[in-house]
Amino acid sequence: MKTIKARAIERLVKDLCIRANLRLRSDVYAALRAAHARETGSRAREILKAILKNAQVARREDLAICQDTGLPCVFVELGQDVRIAGGFQGAINRGVEAGYKAASLRNSVIRDPLVRGASGYVPAVIHVDIVRGSRVKITVLPKGFGCENKTQLRMFIPTAKIEQVKRFIVDAVKAAGPDACPPYVVGVGIGGTADLAVLLAKKALLRKCAGRGSKLEQELLKEINCLNIGPMGLGGKTTALAVHIQTYPTHIAGLPVAVNISCHALRSASAVL
Amino acid sequence: MKKIHTPLTQDQIKTLKAGDAVLLSGTIYTARDQAHKRLLERRDQDRLFKGQIIYYCGPTKTPKGKVIGACGPTTSCRMDNFTPALLKAGLVGMIGKGSRSAEVRAAIEKHKAVYFLTFAGCGALLSKYIKKASAAAYKDLGPEAIYKLEVKDFPLIVGIDSRGRGVYR
Repeated sequence: MKTIKARAIERLVKDLCIRANLRLRSDVYAALRAAHARETGSRAREILKAILKNAQVARREDLAICQDTGLPCVFVELGQDVRIAGGFQGAINRGVEAGYKAASLRNSVIRDPLVRGASGYVPAVIHVDIVRGSRVKITVLPKGFGCENKTQLRMFIPTAKIEQVKRFIVDAVKAAGPDACPPYVVGVGIGGTADLAVLLAKKALLRKCAGRGSKLEQELLKEINCLNIGPMGLGGKTTALAVHIQTYPTHIAGLPVAVNISCHALRSASAVL
Repeated sequence: MKKIHTPLTQDQIKTLKAGDAVLLSGTIYTARDQAHKRLLERRDQDRLFKGQIIYYCGPTKTPKGKVIGACGPTTSCRMDNFTPALLKAGLVGMIGKGSRSAEVRAAIEKHKAVYFLTFAGCGALLSKYIKKASAAAYKDLGPEAIYKLEVKDFPLIVGIDSRGRGVYR
């Protein structure tokens, strides 16, 4: 049995929060560059150029890519042969707070969703999967709420046609329209229960924006990019950079489908202990 | 590119058409959800915003040695319910991202105001156009406080002009 100190987790989470918020993911940057090369309209090109320049300024000057430094979501793959010495969740939250403070990120977390009141840095939203082995993989996804607010879930009947599922996903992007910082990365979760479908949709955002994707993903991306929402919603060929689908077995009576959209500032960082 | 400056006069506003790219210099004020709610509860809108421009923005903390941190626009439509009352009180301009309600569009036309878009999700880049920043009101709201910003050539696109015409369908 391998022992990992809670303090090591805290330090790692701190670093990941800083890296995720200040350095745009290289796959997202590459996808934005490809979009810039593909666009022909001058306005779409101008906006994509500003988005690329923004990532460069953030990197060069250690500034947050976006002022909405998100609700910090932390995904943990915890090896079953690992023992954590010290409080696990406390270490994650201390790491988040330390990272956000060190990089002058925004304190966007409200303790009571109804009463509201003063905002702070924590708690993070933490998801833990127990896996085989003796390593701990931690991923920090600071999720901005402009796009999180556009999340949709529908419980289809099991005999629904694939065209209906596709329509729902495309319509979710249409409903987000110009509001949630397009071009988007569209996370889709299909199967499981209602709650799992939404989680799968969010986890889908962690997958690299590279390669062509499945046939269904390609078809959806093509349809979404025909919506002409475009960068900042001002028209263009790039409404989404990618569509990522994650599936899970489900019940004979159901077909849950969830859509969790990310803005173009899709930020995450991972590391293994 | 066309340059405009605060205070935004009716002469300047009249020349702006939906889709125009312009550069703004002068003074603007941040305000987002909680500031809007409080403004109207306390009836502070006349005192604070007559003739002014609101920027829907909640900046990060200010890093050492910087004027301001990342400070891009937040989603404008969350402020839609409050906007007609502010326009009535004399607000002349708003800066944000995304679409507005039919009521806001009508109020913009009625009061001859203007709604601007700026580069969404570009908070680091936009911080370069801000020359001075200070807390102006409601400091206890933290990132949702009202900040006074001095901007130079801040890049904007006219989203809804004073005739009520907009860039979105």
